[in-house]
Amino acid sequence: MAENYVGKRVKRTEDPRLIQGLAHYVDDIKLPDTLHAVFLRSIYAHARIKSVDTSAAAKVPGVVAVYTGKDVSAKIGPVPCAGALPDLKTPDHRVLATNKVYFVGHPIAVVVAENRYAAKDAADLIQVDYEELPVALDEEKATQPGSPVIHEQFGTNVAYKLTAGEGDIEAALKSADKVIKQRILNQRLAPIAMEPRGVLVRYYPGEQELTMWTSTQIPHLARTQIALMLGFPENKFRLIAPEVGGGFGSKLNVYAEEALLGWIAMQLNRPVKWIESRRENIQATIHGRGQTGYLEIGYKKDGTITGLRYNVFADLGSYFQLLTPAIPTLTGLMLSGCYKIPAIQINVTGVFTNKMATDAYRGAGRPEATYVVERALDLVAADMGKDPVEVRRKNFPAPSEFPFKTATGLFYDSGNYEGALKKALDISGYHKLRDEQAKARKEGRLIGIGVSTYVEICALGPSQAMPAGGWESATVRIEPTGKVTVLTGASPHGQGQETSFAQLAADQLGVHINDVTVIHGDTSIVQYGIGTFGSRATAVGGTAVWYAIEKLKEKANKIAHHLLEAGEGKVTFKDGKFSVEAPKVKAASVPEPVLPAAGMAPGASLPDPEPHGKHVSLQDVALAAHLAKSLPQDMEPGLSATYFFEPKNFTFPFGTHIAVVEIDRETGEIHFQRYVAVDDCGKVINPMLVDGQVQGGIVQALGQALFEEVVYDDQGQLVSGTLMDYAVPRASNIPWMELDRTETPTDVNPMGVKGVGEAGTIGATPAIVAAVVDALSPLGVRHLDMPIKPETVWRIIGKNKTGAA
Amino acid sequence: MIPTQFEYVAAKSLDEALSLLGKHKDDAKLLAGGHSLIPAMKLRLAQPQVLIDISRIKDLSYIREEKGQVRIGSMTTHYQIESSDLLRRICPLLPETATHLGDVQVRNKGTIGGSLAHSDPAADWPAAVLALDAEIVVAGPKGERAIKADKFFVDLLTTALEQGEILREVRFNTPQGTVGQSYVKVRHPASGFAVVGVAVNLSVNGGKCQSAGVGITGVAPKAYRASGVEKALQGNALDAKTLSVAAAHASDGVDANTDLFASGEYRRHLAEVYTRRALGTAVSRAK
Repeated sequence: MAENYVGKRVKRTEDPRLIQGLAHYVDDIKLPDTLHAVFLRSIYAHARIKSVDTSAAAKVPGVVAVYTGKDVSAKIGPVPCAGALPDLKTPDHRVLATNKVYFVGHPIAVVVAENRYAAKDAADLIQVDYEELPVALDEEKATQPGSPVIHEQFGTNVAYKLTAGEGDIEAALKSADKVIKQRILNQRLAPIAMEPRGVLVRYYPGEQELTMWTSTQIPHLARTQIALMLGFPENKFRLIAPEVGGGFGSKLNVYAEEALLGWIAMQLNRPVKWIESRRENIQATIHGRGQTGYLEIGYKKDGTITGLRYNVFADLGSYFQLLTPAIPTLTGLMLSGCYKIPAIQINVTGVFTNKMATDAYRGAGRPEATYVVERALDLVAADMGKDPVEVRRKNFPAPSEFPFKTATGLFYDSGNYEGALKKALDISGYHKLRDEQAKARKEGRLIGIGVSTYVEICALGPSQAMPAGGWESATVRIEPTGKVTVLTGASPHGQGQETSFAQLAADQLGVHINDVTVIHGDTSIVQYGIGTFGSRATAVGGTAVWYAIEKLKEKANKIAHHLLEAGEGKVTFKDGKFSVEAPKVKAASVPEPVLPAAGMAPGASLPDPEPHGKHVSLQDVALAAHLAKSLPQDMEPGLSATYFFEPKNFTFPFGTHIAVVEIDRETGEIHFQRYVAVDDCGKVINPMLVDGQVQGGIVQALGQALFEEVVYDDQGQLVSGTLMDYAVPRASNIPWMELDRTETPTDVNPMGVKGVGEAGTIGATPAIVAAVVDALSPLGVRHLDMPIKPETVWRIIGKNKTGAA
Repeated sequence: MIPTQFEYVAAKSLDEALSLLGKHKDDAKLLAGGHSLIPAMKLRLAQPQVLIDISRIKDLSYIREEKGQVRIGSMTTHYQIESSDLLRRICPLLPETATHLGDVQVRNKGTIGGSLAHSDPAADWPAAVLALDAEIVVAGPKGERAIKADKFFVDLLTTALEQGEILREVRFNTPQGTVGQSYVKVRHPASGFAVVGVAVNLSVNGGKCQSAGVGITGVAPKAYRASGVEKALQGNALDAKTLSVAAAHASDGVDANTDLFASGEYRRHLAEVYTRRALGTAVSRAK
């Protein structure tokens, strides 16, 4: 395979259209005669709906229809949840509320009008008579007796309880010299994709064809689920994810609005569009995280970890979205971190609260786990008075111990944790940093160094472990002109696979990258696929491309063999050419080439033979395959191959992140001094894309560590409901990142790639929190809850002022 | 994010704007850069029936110095102030304040007059005009009047502007002699507005403070002049101790704001620390 592109910093082919504003997001698609939908949403967190009066709304000029829960609930199936757990209590989640509302933002009615303005004016005129009900908001308190119950039919707010893990945890904690306990919070976050959700639907009654453009990470899965909700044949339903402006998991879902818009388009026989506002986006697009847990970690005098238990209350929100109850189970899977922990137990209590549903947000359960384990290791180190690096090293499995089995039931494919750690220590000058820190502390300065060594679970995943198939698909075609078309089922939404898959295909086929087009996101063009999430697109989707090309090359080779009349000779493919490996004989004895007979098309004639043998180009083969006049006997015409790749395991990328902060003693403000990340995602196809993924991930981790928090007040009102209150990190908050890599390939796929989409969010959060805690450790601080705000830090310093002075 | 229906009129002159405002009264809102009003309209918090656009009135956009006074037209953009060579030379506090304000897009569109008239409790300009002891010149049906900056900001989103009046100009005496100015700000992580913003305008003579103007925004329901700080500086040697003592008065008599990011108590503390820092910077610049 040529190495012209793979491994190089090839610029993203997507970018010119994106940065010039030439790309087409849902809202950029204009269809004639389109109607516009606006939702009326609950202003209360928990209330009974006594009546909904839409009469005034219906009279607003331009309004075509107003629908309430009563109109649609019997006609559209429930919003799906794919998380299957034993004894799971699943509420009936209809597209519009009928009798009760369960969270602020819960849709009650939809107005459809000639334009958005009329629709919004009318929505404002809908009269809802609410009977307010007491709210259950805190995932711990909601489980206690006396708490208001959200779904009366269950008689409890506990949706499920689950225990997982291996090893005798009681014995393990007993055998420890010491057990440390800590309450750990993973606050609710809003994913805040740059492009909010949006849906446009068109129905052709004659053809009975339904076409939906929706901003999604999973076009095929969404089509299947929405088809089921609508009772509409999937094969007449085309779903298109056009340009998608980020998802971070929030668009790995099927939403009420999507199905409802589909139904409306069929009712009215006109296109209908809904574009989510940012306020709606923060209210009614899934949130992430939301866990309150109790950690116990046991260790021996020498720092060896004996066991870890985590009892966690997961804030599920009031309803399930696609994966809501499943996310905390991922936390359980990753609780071993990159350490040898002989006994692990997680006890999850999934709890209904009067809030929007939680679901997959970048990392989806794994950042929570990594945060717990990394905080635990730091607590052990602090307790022992040891360097956190030492305690980590003590508990790493050695590279020779892979595949490494954890007490959470996983087999880590490959790893060299010490390698990444050492590189990060070297780049940061860790020991020098510690010396400088000691010196600075003597001057009264508060400098902190935080280290996180993480492992994550990527390339989701083997189908056995996934709710709806864990494979991925690719079709690769060589068109008659020799251009290459790649159809991938893993529809990217900002990651850059149009570039990286083209790099892959160009090298494998020996063509120029500009001759490769990667198509995705349209269920009528692309074979069924699963989607882009769980850091899977390259490791699973890219591997499908790889196999499809290998399959295609086998056929191409047979055609070339035929064209070259190679007989017993072996045909090899290199740099876009098929050649016959001729035996080394004197030039004079080379037989005259037999040119193909009449019928070979112009442009496909064979080149002159070269001294070492004959060759045909891939283009020649492609044309021959399509003209089908000179093919091996019984060979199908055409030149395309499809491959569905089923991975045999997950992959487990890892790395070390080091943050250095200085705290302003007077104000508690936190300033970054350094940020070093060494990530190992196996083989890298495009280092620039990997850097971008790591940088973006670190920024979102920084958001969780220091800024972001979805806040509901004690009545369940969303206080952080706009970007004036919900603090997404800005460029000025972001430190310079010193990024590097180690490369430990996986054997789960032939390319050796592991995935990197979520690494930053997973590795960075604990490093940043650790740095702040470390800075404050001379004041006796061992742990702080996120987001760590300057005021919190200031209060800690203030309390210690007298003592320190 | 969809406003209610409104009519839009672009006024060509101040007189036309005044007459339109007289005609539509409370139904109308003046549109300058639009960076506060339009978001409020999108959320339907503001629902004017008529928008009178005054940002295109050329006569309201200028920066000039005449007769010992600096005059800035109300429709002068933040960027025009940020990039003004004249102001950088004679009153660098204003360009410095502008650099802290919003982002490039906001600075290109937003105007000093629009910001002042809106009187957001965390906006940057009020602190600067208070520190400069500026006058706000307003035009109305009965002619013009000048309002001292410390009388202009009345309460949360409330100014001394009366119905039918338009903010026309900001003017202040050209800083004379040895002057030291600075603006420091703690940015709110979400909104970018000031959690605390402190503007300082010092006049120094022989190492002593001849006059001091200190304006503070973000802390209280309205921006205010920190007169306690000013008094503690007046006539005193500008050493570290004086600055420290003076800064302790930064939030005297103020009912401090609380939000998700900072409590009132913390805001008061930040006001003190950042006042001291702003004073220190201003003193170091007084040459």
